[in-house]
Amino acid sequence: MRKTGPIEIVRPRDLAEAVRLVAEGGMPLAGGTDVFVRVRNGQWDPPFLVYIGELPELQGVELREGGAEVGAAVTHAELLRSPLAERLPILRLALSTIGAPAIREMGTLGGNLANASPAGDGLIPLYLLEARVRLAGPAGEREVPVEEFILGPGKTALGPGEIVRSLWLPFPEGKPLSYFRKVGRRRALVIAVASLGALLWLEGDVIVKARLALGSVAPTVLRPREVEAALVGKPLNPDALRPLAEELSQAVKPISDIRASADYRRKVAGNLLLDMAQALSATKSQG
Amino acid sequence: MKIRFRLNGKELELEVPPGRRLVDLLREDLGLTGTKEGCGEGECGACTVIVDGKPRLSCLTAAIQVDGKEVLTVEGLAKDGKLHPIQEALVETAGVQCGFCTPGFVMAAYALLLEKPHPSREEVRTWLSGNLCRCTGYEKIVDAVLLAAEWLNSGEG
Repeated sequence: MRKTGPIEIVRPRDLAEAVRLVAEGGMPLAGGTDVFVRVRNGQWDPPFLVYIGELPELQGVELREGGAEVGAAVTHAELLRSPLAERLPILRLALSTIGAPAIREMGTLGGNLANASPAGDGLIPLYLLEARVRLAGPAGEREVPVEEFILGPGKTALGPGEIVRSLWLPFPEGKPLSYFRKVGRRRALVIAVASLGALLWLEGDVIVKARLALGSVAPTVLRPREVEAALVGKPLNPDALRPLAEELSQAVKPISDIRASADYRRKVAGNLLLDMAQALSATKSQG
Repeated sequence: MKIRFRLNGKELELEVPPGRRLVDLLREDLGLTGTKEGCGEGECGACTVIVDGKPRLSCLTAAIQVDGKEVLTVEGLAKDGKLHPIQEALVETAGVQCGFCTPGFVMAAYALLLEKPHPSREEVRTWLSGNLCRCTGYEKIVDAVLLAAEWLNSGEG
């Protein structure tokens, strides 16, 4: 049922009160870019919303030894303006494709995570960096790897009363090349047909280590580990990777929906690997 | 709840439900109908306003989220009966046809020029990618933003 009147929103004083209110059945609200849409169209019907978007405990981007801690309520735009976007190019590449400027000023990384969309552009760098999700709940705090946090479309490991507090993003070793591309029907505000992010470590022209993460081609963002392993030892050029593109098309588990058919998504996933090889070998030869 | 914020330079205190949408608060409670509601779900940009110097969609913003903030709508741009250079440039380049999307474009362009006073054509296109226009074909709007940037940078307008 479509909601017409305004929904009740409460504003907790601190994290402890937020946890208590969420445990009572409130739904966390940060940027509102998804929550308001889904509450209005009746898809979600929480008794009330808990506005955590400005809680001090959920702010800040801190660069530390070995990684960075990002508050759950940090917006995509804040992250893009932070020194972390320079330090982690994969984060900059992926976040700058989210929505459009206004959406990036509103939406938060924690919200993107809690939303657990298989198409969440912000999730791809988290899978590639093997981020850890820090949760606050009635029983205290705990930490979960991102791949164990997201369980399925819209499903997370959040227990009753738990909220995402921050993310720990480990810095990758060495200097991997970063790639991100989203294929959709419009460049802005689009929900991807398929997307691929990658971190590739090279020695000369040869791949020595690879991490891949795909969006919109499985119930969650997907790390195709067999393809990652098969990339090792291959030179970075489209011809050498062609057989692996086929393998990647088979590794994904897409659905058909209003945006694209499953077959098309398989094809795009494979082609994205070739695009990655082409794009990265071009940037490499430029030095 | 009682919320307090600055709207187009004036301090306001209102008694509103915390979940009242900013677009409704502006249009219905305050009679500022310059801000338009297009899709109501963050796809079209027609309801763009500026909150604390940054673009925001007023259809996806609740009253509680502007408490203590500075809000600027299209009504706050013209000074002493004179249009803002972005508005003037849209007239000059014929970047307005039906006009429904225009306030959203004006505010998005305003946010861009705050952040990047010398944008390239490509940067303008990318920045305005969240705003839909079904009449103009966009070219004249992009021309207008570049012209406004030129005027603002040369101290005219």
